[in-house]
Amino acid sequence: MNLELILFILLASVAAVSSIVMITRKNAVISAVFLVLNFFALAGLYLLLNAQFIAVVQVIVYTGAIMVLFLFVLMLLNTESEHKLFVDKRAIKFFAILISAFVFVQLAYLIFFGKPSRTLTPDEVASVNAGTIQTIGQQLYTNYIIPFEVAGFLLLAATIGALVLAKKKFE
Amino acid sequence: MILDYIPIFLVIIVSIIFGAVVIFSSTLFGPQRPTKIKLMPYESGKNPVGTTHERISIKYYLVTMMFIIFDIEVVYVYPWAVEFKKLFGEHGIFAFIPMLIFLVVLELGFLYLYAKGGLKWD
Amino acid sequence: MPQNNYEYFLLMPQIIIAVGIVLSVLIEITTKKSEQILPWFSIAMFFGTAFYSVFNINQNFVLFSGMIEVGGKPAIFNFIFNIGAALVVLSSIDYLKKYGTYYGEYYILIQSSVLGMMVMSGAKDILMIFMGLELMSICFYVLAGINRKKLSANEASMKYFLLGAFATGFIVYGIALLYGATGTTSIQNLVENFVTYSSNIIFVLGFVFFLIGFSFKIAAVPFHMWVPDVYQGSATTVTSLMSTTGKAAAFSVLIIVLTAVFTFNAPNVFRPYFATISALSMLFGSIVAISQTNLKRMLAYSSISHAGYMAIGLAAGNMFSVAGIIFYLAAYAFMNIGAFTIISIVEGEDDSRTDFDSFSGLNDKSPVLAATMALFMFALAGIPPLAGFFGKYYVFIAAIQSKLTWLAILGVLSSVISVYFYIRVVVVMYFREASEDFKINISPYSLIAVVIAAFFILVFGILPDTLMNVILSALP
Repeated sequence: MNLELILFILLASVAAVSSIVMITRKNAVISAVFLVLNFFALAGLYLLLNAQFIAVVQVIVYTGAIMVLFLFVLMLLNTESEHKLFVDKRAIKFFAILISAFVFVQLAYLIFFGKPSRTLTPDEVASVNAGTIQTIGQQLYTNYIIPFEVAGFLLLAATIGALVLAKKKFE
Repeated sequence: MILDYIPIFLVIIVSIIFGAVVIFSSTLFGPQRPTKIKLMPYESGKNPVGTTHERISIKYYLVTMMFIIFDIEVVYVYPWAVEFKKLFGEHGIFAFIPMLIFLVVLELGFLYLYAKGGLKWD
Repeated sequence: MPQNNYEYFLLMPQIIIAVGIVLSVLIEITTKKSEQILPWFSIAMFFGTAFYSVFNINQNFVLFSGMIEVGGKPAIFNFIFNIGAALVVLSSIDYLKKYGTYYGEYYILIQSSVLGMMVMSGAKDILMIFMGLELMSICFYVLAGINRKKLSANEASMKYFLLGAFATGFIVYGIALLYGATGTTSIQNLVENFVTYSSNIIFVLGFVFFLIGFSFKIAAVPFHMWVPDVYQGSATTVTSLMSTTGKAAAFSVLIIVLTAVFTFNAPNVFRPYFATISALSMLFGSIVAISQTNLKRMLAYSSISHAGYMAIGLAAGNMFSVAGIIFYLAAYAFMNIGAFTIISIVEGEDDSRTDFDSFSGLNDKSPVLAATMALFMFALAGIPPLAGFFGKYYVFIAAIQSKLTWLAILGVLSSVISVYFYIRVVVVMYFREASEDFKINISPYSLIAVVIAAFFILVFGILPDTLMNVILSALP
């Protein structure tokens, strides 16, 4: 057993356990904190796959920004009524289990029985380097310069839009 | 390969240990003589009413949304900072200008936010 | 990285709008009267970009390492977007005071959405399509709910956002599958190897997801459920922008990703899909519109059925049908913006006076408005010699060329049904006594927008070959 396999088992079990704990908690805030742990474990798994950039984005954006937004929404919402919707209605529970079972079977099939539809060239060096920050930097600031600038304007529009819609005293 | 990340793992482990030590050492070493009155939520003697899961008006909701936007900006700047030396060697000033435009556009959004009082408590 | 500095000059339309947005935000920050300066600034910018695009229609190049195309087909789309946005801005100047959102941000958001559309129409990479789509959609979500005190506007914004985000989810999933199947996001590669990829189930699945997402954006049945509430709830001028230029942008993307089918005669694998949604949209839109009493809602259903007519062109899938769709989109933009502008003139405060009763006897109150509204209604119904007729005509001809006669017959049938509710507006305006007593304050700027729209409809209707030749010359 090499180091990567040990780390994979460790991180994967942390991710699985934290997600189970997350969906079984009554208090939504505690669930959110376990979601953070889950995101951290996923970031570790991305690192094992040598996808550094995705790991960093996972930590910066998901565990940082998105989780703060989650917690704010939880404070804004009335969690009692949400409890009524999801726990007391049997049909919703049934469909949730059905859909997650479907996804589980699909993934299990792909992992154990599926074959890659396209014959990938066994160029290991290239595939290992594809996820590094250097490669993404090289591509993003040379070939993909226009989408990158458009992203700037997208964020500007989002700033203005958020202020227009959410500022309390807007004139 | 994976051994490159040992410093990061060390930082994470040290921070977890530090946090655990700080939290648990006070319960371990501090004197504990609980009484019923001490364990009440409000020491003034006021009895708590209702649940803790009330809806709370969040004044800083707008700030959170702005935090997300500028967080995503960081994601864009980060690979550029890592690759800057190489990009500058290959493209000269044109490695610098696109990021300048990007940042000017975004900081304009920040200026707008500031000028409109988006960071004020209201 | 550009190959040489000349590429920056070729990208001028997009750069004008981008610099315009930056300057507009600066104006908004520094001055107190931005809402008086920005409309004129925007109009100058939009007209400048529109005419720059049209005059440089022959400068057809792919720039920035295969990212964006300028000239040719994108130039025509840029013309539609910019003229449409200019007319909408012109009609908003006085409307916004009445609507209670006299903000400068309104114009900045319109400019940003136009930039997003221009990125979409020139996209040569799927990432570009996605960035442009998001830029356009986010501005639309905000514009739909720009008046936060109105419940209907809030509802419209929320519904549009939730369903739009849902559709975007489909599109992203489709893009992921396309990337998984092809290993690249380049549209050039997608076009060249379209036939090979068509046998790959993952590719077809990804493409279908992509098409479903864009069917939301063009408002085709069965992905239309957001349309009536959003179009009715948002500000009338915003609706006219969303329903015309937004639809044109979504169609430009569909044309781009199906270039292999249109230009290189690849087998149209997705013909059953397009034929189904177009048949459903035409009939559903036309039939449900009959029972509407609110004019904005009626035009929303008519917008669904027009999406159906345009989708006939996608199902037909030949070069002539692309030209037909573009002609139709140009004509539709002017017809719809004109009709919505007249509604915005007649509309009172708090969403009142948008139903049929308020238009009764409009001829006595304002003959000009009644005459132009009648013109727009006839054009929307597709009565010759107005632009709407030739839009439908070209698309139907293309369908018959591709042996889709049944779809063309359904289209004609649904046009006949739709004549009923369009003509009803005309009948109400001319032959019924005014049931409500109110005075219409005709805004001169809105009237100019109406006249320009009417002018273009007449020109495109009387001289359809002029526009058609321009479009055909722009297509490769």
